Amino acid sequence: MSTTTDSKVRIQLEDFSVTDEIEAMKKVSRNIGGITTFLGTGREMSKGENITKLNFEHYPKMAEKKLEEIRVQSIKDFGIIDMSIIHRIGPIDIGENIVLIVAVGEHRAETFKACEWAIAELKRTTPIWKRETTSTGEVWVQDTP
Amino acid sequence: MITIKYFASLRTIAEKEEDSLDIENPITIDQLSDIISKTAPKMGAIIREKKVMISVNQEMASADTIIHDGDEVAFLPPFSGGAK
Repeated sequence: MSTTTDSKVRIQLEDFSVTDEIEAMKKVSRNIGGITTFLGTGREMSKGENITKLNFEHYPKMAEKKLEEIRVQSIKDFGIIDMSIIHRIGPIDIGENIVLIVAVGEHRAETFKACEWAIAELKRTTPIWKRETTSTGEVWVQDTP
Repeated sequence: MITIKYFASLRTIAEKEEDSLDIENPITIDQLSDIISKTAPKMGAIIREKKVMISVNQEMASADTIIHDGDEVAFLPPFSGGAK
């Protein structure tokens, strides 16, 4: 698990500051004219049930590797300047930050597209699992497209 | 010796987080699932029915991927990271 804050791809237990992460990416280039962010947070309701707690688990090394592949592919395919991806693991309360993607580019269009593709690709290819705790017990979530 | 890892829901089914297996010669994932079935039939069935993804040394693998001594095999249930 990486704990360095200068890496553009991180999986970490601790929370992150959206502002700090955006500011860090703004320093990448003086040619940035558009920034799109996606922030995923802990939702209280799922399939009609109240969630009391979330817990995320990952496959160390493979998960980081997949996030880096998504970052590199986003830059190549959408022509953005850079991207950072941060995903938290461990226990997460309702309303807390889970995942942040920051796409920076010369213009907004490519950053919107890159950000949307990156979160979908993360869910499809990155070995991270979510366990929800409700009043009826705990369940590993396996069906979130 | 190969290392076998089980994640998330599969850890409960396999009743373990990690296992190791001595192999004399390289084997395929299919052959590994046969070996696992002998001691953990439920887990073996899940692998054969392709209800899980499999990686070898952190790269996605298939039923005919060959496993060598020293490799790390992981059984991965459907991912659910990120957020809707």
